[in-house]
Parts: sequence; structure tokens; C-alpha cells
Amino acid sequence: MTLTPPTRRRLRNFRANRRGFWSLWIFLALFVVSLCAEVIANDRPLLVRYAGAFYLPVLREYPETAFGGIFPTEANYRDPQVISLITQKGWIIWPPIPYRYDTINYNLPVPAPAPPSTTNWLGTDDQGRDLLARLIYGFRISVLFGLTLTLLSSVIGVIAGAVQGYFGGWTDLIFQRSIEMWSGLPELYLLIILASLVEPTFWWLLGLMLLFSWMSLVAVVRAEFLRARNFDYVRAARALGVGNAEIIFRHVLPNAMVATLTFLPFILNGSITTLTSLDFLGFGLPPGSPSLGEILAQGKANLQAPWLGITGFLVLAVMLSLLVFVGEAVRDAFDPRKTS
Amino acid sequence: MTEPLLQIRDLSVSFDTTGGEVRAVRNLSFDIGRGETVALVGESGSGKTVTALSILQLLPYPLARHPGGSILFQGQELLGAKESVLRQVRGDRIAMIFQEPMTSLNPLHTIEKQVNEVLFVHKGLARMAARARTLELLRLCGLPEAERRLHAYPHQLSGGQRQRVMLAMALANEPDLLIADEPTTALDVTIQAQILRLLRELQAKFGMALLLITHDLGVVHKMATRVCVMTEGEIVEAGPTEDIFERPRHPYTRRLIAAEPRGGPHAAAADAPVILLLRRTVDHIKAVDGVTLSVREGHTLGVVGESGSGKTTLGLALLRLLTSTGAIQFRGGEIQGLRSKTLRPLRREMQIVFQDPYSSLSPRLSVGQIIEEGLRVHRLGGADGERRAMIDRALREVGLDPDSRDRYPHEFSGGQRQRIAIARAIVLEPRLIVLDEPTSALDMSVQAQIVDLLRELQARHRLAYLFISHDLKVVRALSDEILVMRAGRVVEHGPAARIFDHPQDPYTKALLAAALDLEAVEHGVVSQ
Repeated sequence: MTLTPPTRRRLRNFRANRRGFWSLWIFLALFVVSLCAEVIANDRPLLVRYAGAFYLPVLREYPETAFGGIFPTEANYRDPQVISLITQKGWIIWPPIPYRYDTINYNLPVPAPAPPSTTNWLGTDDQGRDLLARLIYGFRISVLFGLTLTLLSSVIGVIAGAVQGYFGGWTDLIFQRSIEMWSGLPELYLLIILASLVEPTFWWLLGLMLLFSWMSLVAVVRAEFLRARNFDYVRAARALGVGNAEIIFRHVLPNAMVATLTFLPFILNGSITTLTSLDFLGFGLPPGSPSLGEILAQGKANLQAPWLGITGFLVLAVMLSLLVFVGEAVRDAFDPRKTS
Repeated sequence: MTEPLLQIRDLSVSFDTTGGEVRAVRNLSFDIGRGETVALVGESGSGKTVTALSILQLLPYPLARHPGGSILFQGQELLGAKESVLRQVRGDRIAMIFQEPMTSLNPLHTIEKQVNEVLFVHKGLARMAARARTLELLRLCGLPEAERRLHAYPHQLSGGQRQRVMLAMALANEPDLLIADEPTTALDVTIQAQILRLLRELQAKFGMALLLITHDLGVVHKMATRVCVMTEGEIVEAGPTEDIFERPRHPYTRRLIAAEPRGGPHAAAADAPVILLLRRTVDHIKAVDGVTLSVREGHTLGVVGESGSGKTTLGLALLRLLTSTGAIQFRGGEIQGLRSKTLRPLRREMQIVFQDPYSSLSPRLSVGQIIEEGLRVHRLGGADGERRAMIDRALREVGLDPDSRDRYPHEFSGGQRQRIAIARAIVLEPRLIVLDEPTSALDMSVQAQIVDLLRELQARHRLAYLFISHDLKVVRALSDEILVMRAGRVVEHGPAARIFDHPQDPYTKALLAAALDLEAVEHGVVSQ
């Protein structure tokens, strides 16, 4: 693939913004790490050697009987009984953090929430669950949720804006008024009401938020299309007999993509914040799921355990700042007046 | 001889860019005497405007630098002078007017406020005194109903009126030198003639010197006493106007003077079949009202008129790119009211070339893709190799190297881009091409080449042209028939020779006088 000179100039501008450039790499590193959460923080061993055979408990379920135990149910690797059974005829490799987001540490020396220690590096929450494990899983779910929401709402927003801007006239007028009415609805209250009607799962929440978040890009894309549809090269394409759909995708959309890409990191930020605030209020993901909002809520409820609130705040602050820095660099990259 | 008003010696200007240092002006020297008119002539990119801006030190320093030279104004060095010194000179002793009067006036302030500002800054006049002086200046610059327009905003004035306001601002302090940077390029021909006459009158009245920057040799011939011809940042020839025009010595000057579009249209059979026939079209907002025309194979119909006369609207409506009413017949078949699906096959045979080659080519497609688009839509040249051969042939026909098919539009100059746009049209082997001011955005020497190319293509493929232009010289070089439009209506219509030699309508007469001799006609016939 050859890069066109404008693309090359944009890449150069992006790199010139050192802060944004490094933010992107740090964020990507964190994201990749959190994607491997099961390998990093899990209550099952990564690898078990037992009686001359290898077992991968992270990937497969083994009954306790496989290791010479009594119960035909899945082995509980945190059970000292099971551990001693295995170590007699082999060995165990644990992940760096031997807790999953929902593993309760029953051996706490103090009542939960326990402060940071060598076993629980960041301490535990008020149900005795390891905070670091919950943080890694919570980060992952926040970013994945944000990315999915951003992607879907961008696709819908771009299509809606494109149709409005390209056809203009009555289409535009009716569409625009409908959007104004729709955006007048009080979003958060509606989400809270709807979340109380259905059991909020990841996909339910995504769908509910999508109902409102797609509008953020419409105005920008519409404006770009309104401008571009009168360009001479669009006219020339029409004079050649090119169909509407092809003109939209081949000639006009690339113009609108610049504005869209500039907005993406900020939309991602917004999506993550919305999910976090819903979780904080207790209307978000189902109880027990790891989430940054829930950690913040625990921090508020347990002021005597400052590690909860401080950790939640720091992680959110760093993540959102990184994304804003990336967004600034993207904005610089697409700024036509900026010559590095 | 007394000391000249402005003395420029060995002036150089360079710009620091990411690609290294760019020398925009190299070792430039010339003088301007009191009351004299000197013209700086050259094509775009030759460094004319940079020279003018460096006289007032208005370049984007420190991005721009002067490696050497001196600019003496009344014995005072301006190059590197202190800001306080420059402020006294700017707008007071040396004034400047720009090409685009819309963007050089502040859209949020009234005319009165903007002219007053100059008087406040340099003369320290009180409000009432300033107002009286502003009114006087506006009257002097021929702004009609000046009193009523004091409170007008720039958008309420026409282009010519705005340029008059700019002039009033420039003349407010009776400067010794007026720098006019393409003062009439953005204006219609009839307005251009009026502004030029006004400039001459005001110059005689105030006895000021005029530095005229232009690419238009007609304007130079009419206005200047001395000419400096610039190309690539250097003055290649300088001398009295008559000498330069009659005995150009430098090859570049000769080329520039020879670049005027010349020649007439090819003779085409008078009984050639009618390609396009239009009976009374009325656009729904009446930008075009009741126009009837026909174009024959191998013939060119020139449509002339000033901006806003509905020429472009007419062209777009004929190709059904705008909605209109009235009958449009293309090769005997009615196309008005056809659905876009049924119209699509016909699109192949009627093409359009636009004015601005910078905006008519999609910046994200390669030249090959741009030309291929039409072939793809009409499923011509199925096999890849065949399609490629067609693209190469089209590129060769417009005088471009077929190897340029993989490059992007921004790598080409304006004239080359226009050739690409023409290649895009002719690759479909159309019968009719609507040419919407195809030469207006180009330099003079390139204009002549494009006109020659169009004439050649027409003869080879027996193309019918609908040639839309405000430039009567170009129209004369191409057209068999001419349609003069004004405010959406046809003023005059007939064979080109008759229109040019014996115009009937007073408006046509005024247009011809303004365009060919740069003479303004008395009020009443043309707009202000």
C-alpha cells in the first residue's frame, strides 16, 4: 500500500505531537495487557503437571477426580486439599495474580476491605475480592464497551449524516427536526428507567446507549456533505452518470472521514464515562461484574479504605487523559493549517 | 532626474518551509517616480505579490526573510525598519488595495466605520469631521448614493462597489504611492473598465504613484507608463510600456505577449445535425428565464455574460444537473423529464468541464482512477488492458504523458489539471461538451494552449461545444455563434462575426468595449 502525501503528512504531524504519540502507545499497551486478563489474573493455574500429563485449567475445565480428588465437579484450585493432591505428583504454575475478578479471598487477616499487602497488591474491596484483578477486568470491559459503542454510533451517525447532507432539502429538514426532538429526551433518566425494566447486560446497555449516542457525529458529517455535494468533482461525477451511492462512498465520504476520525477519541472517552457513571449509580452492568464505576462506588461507601477510591480515581484519570492526548494528536494530524 | 519616490535594490525574499528554503524573489531592482504608473507583470507564482507585500513589510516574518537588498521610500529604509516607523508609512504614505474586495473588508463593520478607522489612526480626526471626510472620499471614488451606504455592510455591496470602498480607504490620507494588487481580477469586465478609469482619474487628481500588479497585459497596456516583467522571482525585462509591447527582447516577454488566445473557430458544415436543442427553459428560481438555443455538431456556441447572468446555471440545467422546465432535446430525443436511470446512458455523450481544475478533480483519486470512473459507470472497455489503453489514449490526446496515470492531481499544475479534466470528458467519446469557463482560472499562456487543444479536439472528433465564458477574447477564438446573457435573459444571439463586428444591443456594445478595449461606457447600460 502506498501512502498518499496527505496521509504521510498527517502521520508526520501525529508523530510530532510527542505526548499524543506516546499516549497512544501506552494506552495500546494497557489495552493489550487487559485483553489477556485471564492469563494475568485468574484463580485457576496457567499450567498443571500431574502424573506425567499437562493440564491447562485456564482453557479447560477438569473435574477434581482428574487429580485424584473425591468430587466429580470442577476442581477448586484454591482449595489447599486440591493443591496438595497435585503437588504430590507434579507442580502448578500460577498467573501473576492468583485471583479472578470474582474470587473471594477467605484468608484475609483483617475484615474486608483489606489494605494492600503482598497477597493482594492493591488490597481488596468490601467483599474480599482482589482489587487489582477487578481493575484489570474492569478496564477491559470499559474499553471494549467504549470501542463497540463508538464504532456502532459512528457507523450509524455517518450514514445518517451522509443521507441528510447529500440529499438535503426536505430529507434534511425532517431528519434534522426529528433529531432535535430525540436529543431533547433526558438521556440519563431514560437509561435509568429502561435499566430498571430489563436486566442490564453488556449488550442491553450498549443498545440503550446507542439510542442516543449516534447523534454526536450527525451534525459534523452532515455539514461536510452539505459542503462537498456542491464541489465540482461531485458535479463532474454526476455528469459522468455515477450513481448516488457511489458518489457518497467514493467522492464525498473520504472528506467527511477526516472530521469523523478527529472526533473518535473524544466519543470513546464519552462512552467510557457514561458507562462508568451508570455503574457508579448502580444502574449499569449486573451486580458482581468488574467495573470502574463500581470500584468508585465502593470507594465512596468505604471511606475508611482509601485505596479503593484512590485506585479507581487514578485509573480513570489516567485512561481518560491518555485518550484526550491521543485525540489532540489526531486533531493536529488532520489540521490542514498545521505544517509540522 | 530627481530622486525616485521608491527605490528597490537587489531585493530578495526567501521562505523557510519544511522542504527547505524557497527563494520567492531574487535580486529585484526597480524605481518608481512621483506620479508614475509602474506595472509588475507575471504569471501566478512569479513573486509579484510577495514583492508588493515586502515593500510594506507585511510578509509573515520570521517565516519570510530578506537575505539582502534595500527598499528606500523617500530616502527612508523600509527593510527591517522599526514597527513604529512602518505604521506611519502604512496606510498613510503608501496604501494598498487587494484583489478580493470581499475578504479585504471586515464583514462585521459598516463602511463608515472602516473608512473612519484609517482617518482616526493617521489623522486623529474627530468623529464628525471623519464622517464628512469619509463621505467625500466615497463620493470621490464614485460610490453611488454614498450617504445612504455609509451604514451598509460589505455584503450589501456589489464587487465593484466594494472595490470602490477599498479605494476610498486607501486614498483617505492621500498617499504618495498606491499599490494595487490585481485590483480588477475578481471583477466583471464592465466593472473592471470603470475601476481602471477611476484609478486613472484619482491618480491624476492626487498626483500619486501607482504600482500596479497584474497578470493581464490588456490592463498593463492601458494603464502603465513603465513595465517590469517578472518570472520565477526575477525581473527579466523592464522598460517603457510601448517598447515592451512593440519590441519585446526577452523570450519570456515575447511568449507572454504572444500568449493571447488567437485565431478563429474551424469552419464546420452549416447544415451539421443539431446536437442540442433547447426551447425556453425556465429555472425554478428564475436564474435563467426563457432561453432558447441550439448547438450543432462540430460547432461552438459561446455563452457570454457577467457573473450572475445565469451562464453556469444554463449549462448545468442543459445537462440536467439542475432542475428546470422547458424542452431539452439531445440528438433528437427529449431528455427533460427522463428518469435518472434512463438518462444515464445519455450522460456518456454529454460531458462537462468546469472552471476550477483544483476543485473539479477528486484529490483522493489518482489520475487514472479519475479518468476511468466514467468508463466504469458506462461499462466501456471491459477488459482491464483495454480500459487502460483507452485511458492512455485520452491522456495522449490532451498532451499528457500516459505514465502520469498513477499520480495524484496535486502533483500537477493548473493547466495540466485542466487537461486531465478534459481527458475525463473525452475518454467517453461524447458528442457535446459543456465548457464552463475552462480557461478562467489559468494563467494567460496556459489559456492559449488550452484553447488550441479544445479547437484541435473539436476538429478531430466533430464535438459540439457549449462554451461558457466571461472572457470575450477566448470566446472569439472558439465560437461560431454567440449568445449574450444578462440577468438570466438572452440579450443578443447570432453568428460570432456579426456580434463582434456589429453588436446591436447597447449592453453587448458596452461589454465588448469593456472587454476588448477596457473602456467604460456611460452609466445606465451596465451595472455599477
